Amino acid sequence: MKKLFETAPPTAIFGMIIVAIYLILMLFAPLIAPYSETSIVGQQFEPWGGAFLLGTDNLGRDFLSRLIYAARNTVGLALLTTVVAFALGGFSGLLAAARGGWVDQLLSRIVDVMMSIPSLIFSLLLLTIAGTNALTLILVIGVLDSTRVFRLARAVALNVVVTDFFEASRLRGEGLMWQIRREILPNVMAPLIAEFGLRFCFVFLTISALSFLGLGIQVPSADWGSMVRDNATLISFGDITPLIPAGAIALLTVAVNFIVDWFLRLSSGLKITKG
Amino acid sequence: MLDLFEMIAKRLGLGILTLWLVSVVIFFSVELLPGDIAEEILGQSATPETLAALRTELGLDRTALVRYFDWLWDFTRGDFGVSLANGRDISEILVFRFSNTLFLAAYAALIAIPFAITLGILVALYRETIFDRIANIVTLSFISFPEFFIAYILILLLSVKLGWFPSLANVSEGTTFLQRLDLLFLPALTLTLVVMAHMMRMTRAAIVNLLAMPYVEMAVLKGVSPIRLLVVHALPNALSPIINVVALNLAFLITGVVLVEVVFVYPGLGQLLVDSVSKRDIPVVQASCLAFAMTYILLNLTADVLSIATNPRLMHKR
Repeated sequence: MKKLFETAPPTAIFGMIIVAIYLILMLFAPLIAPYSETSIVGQQFEPWGGAFLLGTDNLGRDFLSRLIYAARNTVGLALLTTVVAFALGGFSGLLAAARGGWVDQLLSRIVDVMMSIPSLIFSLLLLTIAGTNALTLILVIGVLDSTRVFRLARAVALNVVVTDFFEASRLRGEGLMWQIRREILPNVMAPLIAEFGLRFCFVFLTISALSFLGLGIQVPSADWGSMVRDNATLISFGDITPLIPAGAIALLTVAVNFIVDWFLRLSSGLKITKG
Repeated sequence: MLDLFEMIAKRLGLGILTLWLVSVVIFFSVELLPGDIAEEILGQSATPETLAALRTELGLDRTALVRYFDWLWDFTRGDFGVSLANGRDISEILVFRFSNTLFLAAYAALIAIPFAITLGILVALYRETIFDRIANIVTLSFISFPEFFIAYILILLLSVKLGWFPSLANVSEGTTFLQRLDLLFLPALTLTLVVMAHMMRMTRAAIVNLLAMPYVEMAVLKGVSPIRLLVVHALPNALSPIINVVALNLAFLITGVVLVEVVFVYPGLGQLLVDSVSKRDIPVVQASCLAFAMTYILLNLTADVLSIATNPRLMHKR
């Protein structure tokens, strides 16, 4: 394990440090943030420095505190959604591969149709119908993103299903669930873990985009996407404050992508060039 | 050659089937709404009589299946109904908005495609060098940036600080072509940066895969010059993956356009969709979703057909 981290390229180490910082911010937000998430503590748009390190936002709430609390809301919601997408897509993908026949056909065709509508557009349609709150957000994006997980899980599992040992397990009379859990899953773990990282990035960007459009996490909860939107007017005065939450989104996604990139190279058996 | 036409015909058939299924999904997901559009419009003030009257007016008293075919039939003739929010004819709004969106997407594509493919080929040729590694890090970062982050950075630098380009893309029907090019430069540049990274990485992957093939190695051993190798041996086979890459990213542009339009307050279809979602103007949402989905499917279909048509192996009789 130690050796593994020693061979990690600098980009991956950078990624891991960033992710660790975000996790600390998420867990200890109330201890780190100087003010509370939602209370109005000053005038609107106060400048940096003094009592407010990064100034205040459009309603006079402390910008830094909201930035820290938003880590909880945005990242937490994105993680939860990714888990939903994985539970649903991963399971049905493995099921489709292991069971084959009409189950596979039915699930694959449903996924084909769902994927033929661009997902941001589809989620906008579904959010119009279901209304926007945290639960519908998780379900809508989770279900839509599970289609991608399904495709991958099915594809990698199909490689396992054709092997001799799987044939043997079938002859032994193993049950379907047992086969999925004990025969297929251990053999497809690596690509699925990498996909989890990538999916998280996509979900995270989608939720931020929806929040930016005013259709995601609802007020007064702090969240990076809506913080950018609410304070965007400052940009026309040359103030970079609204870019900080957007940068926070970008930084985390870059970090996760760097780790996934490294992991993919490792698991695909490619030689890691010294660099 | 017969094979080729058969495959293309199959694809087209599949595309039409997908389009139809998508229309079913878009129409019937509204049926999931607790209550119906009539209750949605009247809200708190609904009495059973006014509800019934409005349902008759909107034709909601018929079964969903009848309404679906009615909707589809109207749609194929370009009649999208009227907006719930302001009672305006949707097809009128849609034509103006959609042409704006297509203009922006085309503008971005014209900048992005040549750049991305050239850079992708260069990176593939000089793979595993420092140039390649830097390109890898830069493109990965750009993929990770939310669209609005790139957009605001560009506004801050090129519009607020340097004052080179306008930060608002407020076009109207009277705006001339040249004015449009100027007003839309920043939105187009944002989209370009977003898609270029994807396109470059995928072009690189397609070519690297190809260069690992035995026949390329054979050509190298025969002493074919690098340029001839690339143009005569590799390119014909790389064409189909590259076309796929381009089309996939054009489809990606269609989604990216929504956010960029909102940032730059550009009167396109994406902006319309977002506004209608917050107003819960369901007919407009349905119509714009269908328009977006149609473009997306058509692009993917074109990619499929082109990549079949340019596949050298299918050009000759077996």
